[in-house]
Amino acid sequence: MPHDHDNELDPMEARLRALETVLTRKGLIDPAAIDAIIDTYEHRVGPRNGARVVARAWADPDFADRLRRDATAAIAAMGFSGRQGEHMRAVFNTPQTHNLVVCTLCSCYPWPVLGLPPGWYKAPAYRSRAVMAPREVLAEFGLTLPDSMTIRVWDSTAELRYLVVPMRPAGTEGWDEAALTDLVTRDAMIGTARALEPA
Amino acid sequence: MSPPDPAPEAPFDAPWQAQAFAMVVALHRRGLFTWAEWTEALGAELACATARADGADYYTRWVAALERVLQARGVAEAGEIAALAEAWARAARATPHGTPIALENDPQAAP
Repeated sequence: MPHDHDNELDPMEARLRALETVLTRKGLIDPAAIDAIIDTYEHRVGPRNGARVVARAWADPDFADRLRRDATAAIAAMGFSGRQGEHMRAVFNTPQTHNLVVCTLCSCYPWPVLGLPPGWYKAPAYRSRAVMAPREVLAEFGLTLPDSMTIRVWDSTAELRYLVVPMRPAGTEGWDEAALTDLVTRDAMIGTARALEPA
Repeated sequence: MSPPDPAPEAPFDAPWQAQAFAMVVALHRRGLFTWAEWTEALGAELACATARADGADYYTRWVAALERVLQARGVAEAGEIAALAEAWARAARATPHGTPIALENDPQAAP
Protein backbone atom coordinates (compact mmCIF):
# COMPACT_ATOMS: atom_id res chain seq x y z
CA MET A 1 0.00 0.00 0.00
CA PRO A 2 1.49 3.33 -0.97
CA HIS A 3 2.31 5.63 1.88
CA ASP A 4 0.55 8.70 0.62
CA HIS A 5 -0.18 10.46 3.88
CA ASP A 6 1.72 11.48 6.95
CA ASN A 7 -0.47 10.54 9.89
CA GLU A 8 -2.55 7.47 10.48
CA LEU A 9 -4.51 7.07 13.67
CA ASP A 10 -4.87 3.61 15.11
CA PRO A 11 -8.63 2.76 15.18
CA MET A 12 -8.72 2.79 18.99
CA GLU A 13 -6.89 6.12 19.09
CA ALA A 14 -9.47 7.55 16.70
CA ARG A 15 -12.30 6.14 18.82
CA LEU A 16 -10.89 7.72 21.97
CA ARG A 17 -10.50 11.06 20.21
CA ALA A 18 -14.13 10.79 19.14
CA LEU A 19 -15.24 10.04 22.71
CA GLU A 20 -13.17 12.89 24.05
CA THR A 21 -14.68 15.26 21.47
CA VAL A 22 -18.26 14.29 22.33
CA LEU A 23 -17.75 14.35 26.09
CA THR A 24 -15.86 17.65 26.02
CA ARG A 25 -18.48 19.30 23.80
CA LYS A 26 -21.17 18.23 26.23
CA GLY A 27 -19.18 19.56 29.14
CA LEU A 28 -18.92 16.14 30.78
CA ILE A 29 -15.15 15.94 30.95
CA ASP A 30 -12.32 18.40 31.23
CA PRO A 31 -9.12 17.36 29.41
CA ALA A 32 -6.96 18.72 32.25
CA ALA A 33 -8.81 16.56 34.77
CA ILE A 34 -8.31 13.53 32.52
CA ASP A 35 -4.56 14.19 32.45
CA ALA A 36 -4.49 14.51 36.24
CA ILE A 37 -6.26 11.17 36.68
CA ILE A 38 -3.81 9.46 34.33
CA ASP A 39 -0.86 10.95 36.18
CA THR A 40 -2.23 9.72 39.50
CA TYR A 41 -2.62 6.13 38.38
CA GLU A 42 0.55 5.97 36.31
CA HIS A 43 2.83 7.54 38.88
CA ARG A 44 1.32 8.18 42.30
CA VAL A 45 -0.53 5.15 43.56
CA GLY A 46 0.83 1.66 43.62
CA PRO A 47 1.49 -1.37 45.79
CA ARG A 48 4.06 0.52 47.84
CA ASN A 49 1.11 2.08 49.68
CA GLY A 50 -0.32 -1.29 50.60
CA ALA A 51 3.13 -2.53 51.62
CA ARG A 52 3.34 0.28 54.17
CA VAL A 53 -0.04 -0.71 55.59
CA VAL A 54 1.04 -4.34 55.94
CA ALA A 55 4.40 -3.41 57.46
CA ARG A 56 2.67 -1.25 60.05
CA ALA A 57 0.29 -4.09 60.89
CA TRP A 58 3.28 -6.37 61.42
CA ALA A 59 5.13 -3.88 63.58
CA ASP A 60 2.25 -2.44 65.58
CA PRO A 61 -0.32 -4.83 67.12
CA ASP A 62 -2.69 -1.99 67.94
CA PHE A 63 -2.71 -0.93 64.32
CA ALA A 64 -3.23 -4.54 63.22
CA ASP A 65 -6.23 -4.66 65.49
CA ARG A 66 -7.68 -1.47 64.02
CA LEU A 67 -7.00 -2.80 60.51
CA ARG A 68 -8.86 -5.98 61.35
CA ARG A 69 -11.86 -4.16 62.80
CA ASP A 70 -12.17 -1.26 60.34
CA ALA A 71 -9.73 -1.47 57.45
CA THR A 72 -11.20 1.54 55.65
CA ALA A 73 -10.53 3.84 58.61
CA ALA A 74 -7.14 2.36 59.48
CA ILE A 75 -5.91 2.71 55.90
CA ALA A 76 -7.38 6.19 55.50
CA ALA A 77 -5.54 7.24 58.68
CA MET A 78 -2.30 6.46 56.82
CA GLY A 79 -3.37 8.81 54.05
CA PHE A 80 -4.50 6.19 51.54
CA SER A 81 -8.07 6.75 50.52
CA GLY A 82 -10.08 7.56 47.47
CA ARG A 83 -11.62 5.79 44.58
CA GLN A 84 -12.12 2.07 44.86
CA GLY A 85 -10.91 2.17 48.42
CA GLU A 86 -14.09 3.49 49.99
CA HIS A 87 -14.89 0.16 51.64
CA MET A 88 -11.90 -1.97 52.50
CA ARG A 89 -11.51 -5.21 54.36
CA ALA A 90 -8.16 -6.65 55.44
CA VAL A 91 -7.89 -10.43 55.55
CA PHE A 92 -5.02 -11.86 57.56
CA ASN A 93 -3.12 -14.99 56.60
CA THR A 94 -2.41 -17.41 59.45
CA PRO A 95 -0.49 -20.69 59.62
CA GLN A 96 -3.82 -22.44 58.98
CA THR A 97 -5.50 -20.12 56.47
CA HIS A 98 -4.36 -18.51 53.25
CA ASN A 99 -6.41 -15.72 51.66
CA LEU A 100 -6.74 -15.05 47.94
CA VAL A 101 -8.51 -12.13 46.24
CA VAL A 102 -10.25 -12.14 42.86
CA CYS A 103 -12.96 -10.22 41.06
CA THR A 104 -15.03 -12.74 39.16
CA LEU A 105 -17.26 -10.07 37.60
CA CYS A 106 -14.64 -7.75 36.14
CA SER A 107 -11.58 -6.23 37.79
CA CYS A 108 -12.52 -4.64 41.13
CA TYR A 109 -9.32 -3.92 43.03
CA PRO A 110 -8.26 -1.63 45.90
CA TRP A 111 -6.66 1.18 43.88
CA PRO A 112 -5.52 3.42 46.79
CA VAL A 113 -3.35 0.67 48.27
CA LEU A 114 -2.37 -1.41 45.24
CA GLY A 115 -2.68 0.89 42.22
CA LEU A 116 -4.22 -0.62 39.10
CA PRO A 117 -4.41 -4.40 38.76
CA PRO A 118 -1.88 -6.43 36.78
CA GLY A 119 -2.99 -7.94 33.46
CA TRP A 120 -3.48 -11.44 34.82
CA TYR A 121 -5.88 -10.21 37.53
CA LYS A 122 -8.17 -8.86 34.78
CA ALA A 123 -7.87 -11.95 32.58
CA PRO A 124 -10.70 -14.51 32.33
CA ALA A 125 -8.21 -17.31 33.00
CA TYR A 126 -7.60 -16.09 36.56
CA ARG A 127 -11.10 -14.73 37.23
CA SER A 128 -12.84 -17.94 36.27
CA ARG A 129 -10.48 -20.34 38.05
CA ALA A 130 -9.49 -18.64 41.31
CA VAL A 131 -12.77 -19.61 42.98
CA MET A 132 -13.11 -23.12 41.57
CA ALA A 133 -9.49 -24.24 41.68
CA PRO A 134 -7.55 -21.90 43.95
CA ARG A 135 -4.93 -24.49 44.90
CA GLU A 136 -4.06 -25.11 41.24
CA VAL A 137 -4.01 -21.42 40.45
CA LEU A 138 -1.67 -20.75 43.37
CA ALA A 139 0.60 -23.59 42.27
CA GLU A 140 0.85 -21.94 38.86
CA PHE A 141 2.04 -18.81 40.64
CA GLY A 142 4.70 -20.95 42.30
CA LEU A 143 2.93 -21.06 45.64
CA THR A 144 2.30 -24.63 46.73
CA LEU A 145 0.33 -24.85 49.96
CA PRO A 146 -0.02 -27.93 52.13
CA ASP A 147 -3.34 -29.75 51.83
CA SER A 148 -3.95 -29.06 55.50
CA MET A 149 -4.08 -25.32 54.83
CA THR A 150 -7.47 -23.76 54.19
CA ILE A 151 -7.69 -21.36 51.24
CA ARG A 152 -10.28 -18.63 51.49
CA VAL A 153 -11.15 -16.85 48.27
CA TRP A 154 -12.62 -13.35 48.47
CA ASP A 155 -14.63 -12.08 45.52
CA SER A 156 -14.28 -8.30 45.25
CA THR A 157 -17.24 -6.17 44.30
CA ALA A 158 -17.90 -2.57 43.34
CA GLU A 159 -18.63 -1.96 47.03
CA LEU A 160 -16.04 -4.01 48.94
CA ARG A 161 -12.32 -4.48 48.23
CA TYR A 162 -9.88 -6.76 50.00
CA LEU A 163 -6.27 -6.47 51.07
CA VAL A 164 -4.43 -9.63 52.08
CA VAL A 165 -2.10 -9.21 55.05
CA PRO A 166 0.51 -11.92 54.48
CA MET A 167 2.30 -13.66 57.34
CA ARG A 168 5.34 -11.83 58.64
CA PRO A 169 8.44 -13.74 57.53
CA ALA A 170 10.59 -15.39 60.17
CA GLY A 171 13.90 -13.74 60.91
CA THR A 172 12.53 -10.19 60.86
CA GLU A 173 12.25 -9.67 64.61
CA GLY A 174 13.09 -6.11 65.54
CA TRP A 175 12.92 -4.80 61.97
CA ASP A 176 11.48 -1.34 61.53
CA GLU A 177 8.53 -0.57 59.27
CA ALA A 178 10.66 0.75 56.43
CA ALA A 179 12.66 -2.47 56.24
CA LEU A 180 9.54 -4.60 56.55
CA THR A 181 7.85 -2.65 53.75
CA ASP A 182 10.44 -3.94 51.30
CA LEU A 183 9.31 -7.52 51.93
CA VAL A 184 5.70 -6.91 50.93
CA THR A 185 4.99 -7.45 47.25
CA ARG A 186 1.88 -6.67 45.29
CA ASP A 187 1.23 -10.38 44.73
CA ALA A 188 1.53 -11.08 48.46
CA MET A 189 -1.29 -8.57 49.04
CA ILE A 190 -3.50 -10.25 46.40
CA GLY A 191 -2.63 -13.61 47.89
CA THR A 192 -0.79 -15.22 44.97
CA ALA A 193 2.54 -15.11 46.81
CA ARG A 194 4.03 -15.03 50.30
CA ALA A 195 5.91 -12.03 51.58
CA LEU A 196 9.59 -12.09 50.61
CA GLU A 197 12.06 -13.80 52.93
CA PRO A 198 14.83 -11.65 54.41
CA ALA A 199 17.88 -11.74 52.11
CA MET B 1 17.81 -4.85 49.86
CA SER B 2 15.92 -4.10 46.70
CA PRO B 3 12.35 -2.84 46.80
CA PRO B 4 9.59 -5.27 45.86
CA ASP B 5 8.22 -5.37 42.34
CA PRO B 6 11.39 -3.83 40.87
CA ALA B 7 9.76 -3.67 37.44
CA PRO B 8 6.04 -3.41 38.07
CA GLU B 9 3.96 -3.71 34.95
CA ALA B 10 3.01 -0.36 33.49
CA PRO B 11 -0.75 -0.01 34.00
CA PHE B 12 -1.40 0.90 30.37
CA ASP B 13 -0.01 -0.49 27.13
CA ALA B 14 -1.02 2.54 25.06
CA PRO B 15 -2.07 6.13 25.71
CA TRP B 16 -5.63 5.45 24.51
CA GLN B 17 -6.01 2.89 27.31
CA ALA B 18 -5.05 5.48 29.90
CA GLN B 19 -7.49 7.93 28.31
CA ALA B 20 -10.31 5.40 28.40
CA PHE B 21 -9.59 4.56 32.02
CA ALA B 22 -9.49 8.21 33.08
CA MET B 23 -12.70 9.08 31.20
CA VAL B 24 -14.63 6.49 33.17
CA VAL B 25 -13.19 7.72 36.47
CA ALA B 26 -14.04 11.31 35.54
CA LEU B 27 -17.60 10.49 34.42
CA HIS B 28 -18.20 8.49 37.59
CA ARG B 29 -16.87 11.38 39.66
CA ARG B 30 -19.33 13.63 37.86
CA GLY B 31 -22.16 11.30 38.82
CA LEU B 32 -23.08 10.07 35.34
CA PHE B 33 -23.21 6.53 36.76
CA THR B 34 -22.54 4.68 39.99
CA TRP B 35 -19.51 2.43 40.22
CA ALA B 36 -21.79 -0.59 40.62
CA GLU B 37 -23.48 0.34 37.33
CA TRP B 38 -20.08 0.64 35.72
CA THR B 39 -18.80 -2.74 36.94
CA GLU B 40 -21.99 -4.35 35.74
CA ALA B 41 -21.53 -2.89 32.24
CA LEU B 42 -17.85 -3.83 32.18
CA GLY B 43 -18.56 -7.29 33.55
CA ALA B 44 -21.10 -7.88 30.78
CA GLU B 45 -18.54 -6.95 28.12
CA LEU B 46 -15.84 -9.08 29.73
CA ALA B 47 -18.19 -12.06 30.03
CA CYS B 48 -18.71 -12.07 26.28
CA ALA B 49 -17.85 -15.48 24.80
CA THR B 50 -15.28 -13.95 22.46
CA ALA B 51 -13.31 -12.29 25.29
CA ARG B 52 -9.70 -13.42 25.24
CA ALA B 53 -8.61 -15.71 28.07
CA ASP B 54 -5.41 -13.72 28.60
CA GLY B 55 -7.30 -10.44 28.95
CA ALA B 56 -5.36 -8.78 26.13
CA ASP B 57 -8.55 -7.13 24.91
CA TYR B 58 -9.46 -5.75 28.35
CA TYR B 59 -9.31 -2.08 27.41
CA THR B 60 -11.05 -2.62 24.07
CA ARG B 61 -13.92 -4.08 26.10
CA TRP B 62 -13.63 -1.27 28.61
CA VAL B 63 -14.23 1.20 25.75
CA ALA B 64 -17.15 -0.87 24.45
CA ALA B 65 -18.69 -0.81 27.95
CA LEU B 66 -18.19 2.96 28.13
CA GLU B 67 -19.93 3.44 24.77
CA ARG B 68 -22.87 1.30 25.90
CA VAL B 69 -23.23 3.28 29.11
CA LEU B 70 -23.09 6.58 27.18
CA GLN B 71 -25.74 5.29 24.83
CA ALA B 72 -27.95 4.11 27.71
CA ARG B 73 -27.60 7.53 29.35
CA GLY B 74 -28.50 9.31 26.11
CA VAL B 75 -25.11 11.03 25.96
CA ALA B 76 -23.94 9.68 22.62
CA GLU B 77 -25.33 7.29 20.07
CA ALA B 78 -23.02 4.56 18.79
CA GLY B 79 -23.28 5.96 15.26
CA GLU B 80 -22.21 9.38 16.46
CA ILE B 81 -19.00 8.03 17.99
CA ALA B 82 -18.22 5.92 14.93
CA ALA B 83 -18.77 8.87 12.57
CA LEU B 84 -16.56 11.13 14.69
CA ALA B 85 -13.85 8.48 14.83
CA GLU B 86 -13.91 8.37 11.02
CA ALA B 87 -13.64 12.14 10.94
CA TRP B 88 -10.63 12.01 13.26
CA ALA B 89 -8.99 9.37 11.05
CA ARG B 90 -9.52 11.51 7.94
CA ALA B 91 -8.27 14.59 9.76
CA ALA B 92 -5.13 12.72 10.78
CA ARG B 93 -4.39 11.70 7.19
CA ALA B 94 -4.87 15.27 6.04
CA THR B 95 -2.55 16.69 8.68
CA PRO B 96 1.09 17.15 7.68
CA HIS B 97 3.62 15.38 9.82
CA GLY B 98 4.85 17.45 12.73
CA THR B 99 1.58 19.34 13.09
CA PRO B 100 -0.92 18.56 15.83
CA ILE B 101 -3.92 16.70 14.48
CA ALA B 102 -7.08 18.81 14.70
CA LEU B 103 -10.58 17.69 13.86
CA GLU B 104 -10.95 20.81 11.69
CA ASN B 105 -8.46 19.23 9.29
CA ASP B 106 -11.05 16.65 8.27
CA PRO B 107 -11.50 17.34 4.53
CA GLN B 108 -15.16 16.32 4.83
CA ALA B 109 -15.86 18.55 7.81
CA ALA B 110 -19.07 20.52 7.61
CA PRO B 111 -18.28 24.22 7.10
